Amino acid sequence: MSETLTTAQPVDLLSKFDPIIQTREQLLAAGVEDPFNLVMEQVLSPTRAICNGRDTILLGTYNYMGMTFDPDVIAAGKEAMESFGAGTTGSRVLNGTFRDHRDVEAALREFYGMDHAMVFSTGYQANLGIISTLAGKGDYIILDIDSHASIYDGCAMGKAEVVPFKHNDIEALEKRLKRIPEGAGKLVVLEGVYSMMGDVAPLKEMVRIAKENGAMVLVDEAHSMGFIGEHGRGVAEEQGVLDDVDFIIGTFSKSVGTVGGFCVSNHPKFEVMRLVCRPYVFTAALPPSVMASSATSIRKLMHGGNKRAHLWENSRTLHKGLIDLGFKLGTETPQSAIIAVIMPDLERGAMMWEALLKEGLYVNLARPPATPAGMTLLRCSLCAEHSAEQVQTILGMFERAGKAIGII
Amino acid sequence: MTPADVDNRIRALVEPFNKKGIAIEDATTFAGDLEFDSLTVMDFVAEIEDAFDVIISMNQQAEIENWGQLVAAVHKLQDS
Repeated sequence: MSETLTTAQPVDLLSKFDPIIQTREQLLAAGVEDPFNLVMEQVLSPTRAICNGRDTILLGTYNYMGMTFDPDVIAAGKEAMESFGAGTTGSRVLNGTFRDHRDVEAALREFYGMDHAMVFSTGYQANLGIISTLAGKGDYIILDIDSHASIYDGCAMGKAEVVPFKHNDIEALEKRLKRIPEGAGKLVVLEGVYSMMGDVAPLKEMVRIAKENGAMVLVDEAHSMGFIGEHGRGVAEEQGVLDDVDFIIGTFSKSVGTVGGFCVSNHPKFEVMRLVCRPYVFTAALPPSVMASSATSIRKLMHGGNKRAHLWENSRTLHKGLIDLGFKLGTETPQSAIIAVIMPDLERGAMMWEALLKEGLYVNLARPPATPAGMTLLRCSLCAEHSAEQVQTILGMFERAGKAIGII
Repeated sequence: MTPADVDNRIRALVEPFNKKGIAIEDATTFAGDLEFDSLTVMDFVAEIEDAFDVIISMNQQAEIENWGQLVAAVHKLQDS
């Protein structure tokens, strides 16, 4: 008996990842610090931390508006934690909706001037839930090929027909929309700012074309909320098409400075989503402290005009400085708070990343499959709390590291 | 268009993507034999879509591994 049980050779389900294990081992064997295993032992401010033992300027955190250490944001969180406890231990539709879950949804409605807001546990789950629930079998999703993983995963979960078009190509979008069978449900999914290169979508034209062809439109504004557009509502506001967008997806883990995701909409039937959207129903609601901090942060962002102006100044200075030093960037002009520095290959990208870390600068090392066109990028994201002096220090670090590695 | 016509037309489209000049038969695979990466697939699919005025969704693409399957799929799509 026992012999027959032991004869079957088990298939190691992890062996399909062997190439990834090898690539990683090669990288580490070259003596490079592990780019995907950084530890922040202390966080000193939105722009400084002790990383792997070094005092480091943070230039890769998405903490665009520096709200993580805002005294009001922290105070609101403390108060909620003391009054409501550490966690919800329940789904939003059962025992997980507290005062502050309602309040953060009210703050979002005020921020966007929209009728409905629904908060998810992360931005990933917001895309996963909304997209998979809106577009099911037989419906069509037309999306930019460079869309975030959470968008693709939402498409796969909903089993809709997925039709990608070339990045930011208005004509490619229109051609595909026109070929979709008559009568089929259509959802066009776009992003305001694409996070890998930091470039902005031509939403004005794309939203118009989507509407002309009878499609509903969803825009992910994760990387633009808080500082693009007059009220910080994002690229759709900046380009004057916010009223034509059916669903805006966003996150609290960037400008808001906490964690969570959301969808806002003016659709009259939107509230039904709370009952039918599985990634909303079948997970625990965020802790009350996170909700209270988020609500305070969102309301403060509504009056963040000066911070927005300083963030743009930082973005322009860093972009021009890096171009002048001879680096190749993802965009010709600064379009957002993300500046992508294109590396010649993964090996030199990792060496440059490490050289910067040793200088005392943290940036994101981004590589395929997250990046478009198989590129290796050093992705910088600026913060409104970076001082003008820090930006100059950062440029000096890039110059020394770039020369040492032989990239400039 | 007959399957042979579809085959001929796609053969002309694939040429700029077939950098090593691999001889293409029905069993030739895109990922393995032609070494197409995801970007090449996108550009190649876009060429076919424009030439035949059809949509080949990612769901359909996932079912197409070799040349013969592609020709059959496009033949079926342009008929419908």
